[in-house]
Amino acid sequence: MMVKVYNFHGGIHPPDNKKHSTRSPIRPAPLPDRLILPLQQHIGHPATPLVAVGDCVLKGQKIAEPAGRISAAVHAPTSGRISYIGPHPIPHASGLEADTIVLDSDGKDEWITHQPISDYRQMKKSELIDFIREAGIAGLGGAGFPTDVKLHLGDDHIVNTLIINAAECEPYITADDMLLRERADQVLSGIEILAHLLQPSHILIGIEDNKAHAIRSLSDALQQTQLKTKLNIDLVVVPTKYPSGGEKQLIKLLTNVEVPSGKIPADVGIVCQNVGTAAAIHRAVHLGEPLISRIVTVTGEAVGHPQNLEVLIGTPFETLLQASEVDHNRLFRLVMGGPMMGISVENDQIPVIKTTNCIIAATYDEMPPAPPAQPCIRCGMCEQVCPAELLPQQLYWFAKGREFDKARHHNLFDCIECGACAYVCPSSIPLVQHYRFAKSEIRNEEAEQKKADHARIRFEARQARLERELAEKEQKRKERAEAAAKQQLLRQRAEDAKPAAEQSNEAELKQLKTAAAIARTKLKKARDALKNAEDKGQEGIEKMQETVKDLELKAEQAHNAWISAGGEDPAAKASPSIQQETESL
Amino acid sequence: MSTILTAVLALLLLAAAFGLLLGYAAVRFRVEGDPIVEQIDAILPQTQCGQCGYPGCKPYAEAISNGDAINKCPPGGQATIDALADLLDLEPIPLDSEHGEEKPKTVAYIREDECIGCTKCIQACPVDAILGAAKQMHTVIISECTGCDLCVEPCPVDCIDMIPLPVTPNNWRWPAPVSDPSLILTDRGRGHLMQESA
Repeated sequence: MMVKVYNFHGGIHPPDNKKHSTRSPIRPAPLPDRLILPLQQHIGHPATPLVAVGDCVLKGQKIAEPAGRISAAVHAPTSGRISYIGPHPIPHASGLEADTIVLDSDGKDEWITHQPISDYRQMKKSELIDFIREAGIAGLGGAGFPTDVKLHLGDDHIVNTLIINAAECEPYITADDMLLRERADQVLSGIEILAHLLQPSHILIGIEDNKAHAIRSLSDALQQTQLKTKLNIDLVVVPTKYPSGGEKQLIKLLTNVEVPSGKIPADVGIVCQNVGTAAAIHRAVHLGEPLISRIVTVTGEAVGHPQNLEVLIGTPFETLLQASEVDHNRLFRLVMGGPMMGISVENDQIPVIKTTNCIIAATYDEMPPAPPAQPCIRCGMCEQVCPAELLPQQLYWFAKGREFDKARHHNLFDCIECGACAYVCPSSIPLVQHYRFAKSEIRNEEAEQKKADHARIRFEARQARLERELAEKEQKRKERAEAAAKQQLLRQRAEDAKPAAEQSNEAELKQLKTAAAIARTKLKKARDALKNAEDKGQEGIEKMQETVKDLELKAEQAHNAWISAGGEDPAAKASPSIQQETESL
Repeated sequence: MSTILTAVLALLLLAAAFGLLLGYAAVRFRVEGDPIVEQIDAILPQTQCGQCGYPGCKPYAEAISNGDAINKCPPGGQATIDALADLLDLEPIPLDSEHGEEKPKTVAYIREDECIGCTKCIQACPVDAILGAAKQMHTVIISECTGCDLCVEPCPVDCIDMIPLPVTPNNWRWPAPVSDPSLILTDRGRGHLMQESA
């Protein structure tokens, strides 16, 4: 049964330039001396390194671990020594540096022990998905979304259609084409694993009709393996039109279902995977090889031998260009990715990452500098080719006038940046640049808003805490003051409760006690003076003796007065002692 | 006579009914606080730096709702002024330079060798972004720092720097495409030639 092919809005037919790189079979790229492995090769979080500088690693050994849900592991693509961990230029539009692990190859290319799964059907699905996560597999088609996240979609979505993307609509790129020509069996084996995990009722392989070889090879393989009926696989040949390989465009082509704005395909029961990803899953599960290499198309008029190479992740572009006999005199522009969506790079030391499907070494005539942008004449051609059914002209005005809110309301974020609008623009306006600028400004604004909200929460929490602390302090102070006041009151009351007579008596007693003590002290002093005088034989001793006697009398009187007034007598011994002392004198 | 009476009665009844309805609605759908202050506060950048002369963004939001000028927020810059003008239906005005200039975003950085652990910066930080204890080294939690530079002034040993945030591939922004001024092709390079001949 032929599956009906639908259509999507817009699209363009740029010259495909694919023939040059399909003349020779896939060759392994030369082993470079040095591999540069960025810790982040996709959206999400960068991986955490597991190795230190100086460590020796074997081919296939995990050297960085995924951190967070959307993150992928990184493995050593060959054996060797870690020579550097730190910033290095990476393939990114900004040309900036990011954290990488640099591996110096020892040339032996020695594998770690392979640990394939003998029968994945016996495994729990979650364990199998974890195994795929551990193998560092990310989407090899475009954005490099970690594959395990997509495989978990079966948990909370009903997946009834699995779409395998072999469209490869962008000019120049032939990596998937060559993969299907030579390794269709691997792709099918990977699809079998995907089908086991997602349990779709229907599998569609979408491929453009300009890849006759690949279509034949794939349908042969399908017939041989008898998977076609077992898994209900349909190979759908779609007409060549850019960008039929866009996820949402391919879904529209194959199923006529439109993925709503802001939703993912799984919300309408569809999951898309690239053929390269399927082959990588096959190699991980059946051969125990993590994702350490991929097929890269090296093409462009500045290379003498355009071809597809099986490249270790982390290989610098320079190695691949040399292997393809690049002519540096003719090289005008180096592009990573296709001519429509790729980015120009300046530095040929940047490495191949999991999403690098093509390197174009273009001459001046092939990709001349863009002509100056002229005013928009409102021809509306951009609207006619937009595959996302947006209004590119409106978006352009909004982006240019920095009216980002309006741009967002015109669904700027549904733009897939395919470049079809800019391709047809008769005024050569760099439309996609404007959209990218507007998108990053909006994202930045959102991030700042988020940060501001966060700061507000923290500020308010701090204010609340300070107030609470102040209130607590105030409360404590009050409590203390109250307690003190209470005690004061109690004392006052106790004093008030005593009868007035007793009070006066008490005062009198105190006075008497003091008087007795004073008298005693005076007596003691006089005695000391007397003794001193006697020892030294001074004059006037008699007078002194008289004074002492006088004082003795007084002291005894005072003491007696105190005792008789009711004073308790700590000096009960004191008075006899006075007596004794007097006698001894 | 009875017609007039009926009409008057009917109107009175209607007035009473609607009065009750309005009274009920006023109680039932009462709005707590002043929503415009919340809206203004949401636009302000929440650095809590006090450059506007108010102790934080919320007090400034309250002041704006009471008629203060909208151009006193240097961290927010022109974008915030425009957003406020849009919200309050005012004319956008340039930033009042009396309160400071619009500067690139920075974060505080403590030179940790020089920190004496006095906790003065911790007390000054409006968003609790500084970590440390008495006589222990302090450090700034970069992800929480709003770049208000309130911690710089209290530091007795001047060990706090405000440094611009580094640009990484994750926070890098696409530049705006430059529109080429020499739209007419024959214009290109003419200035260059004239300079040479001069």
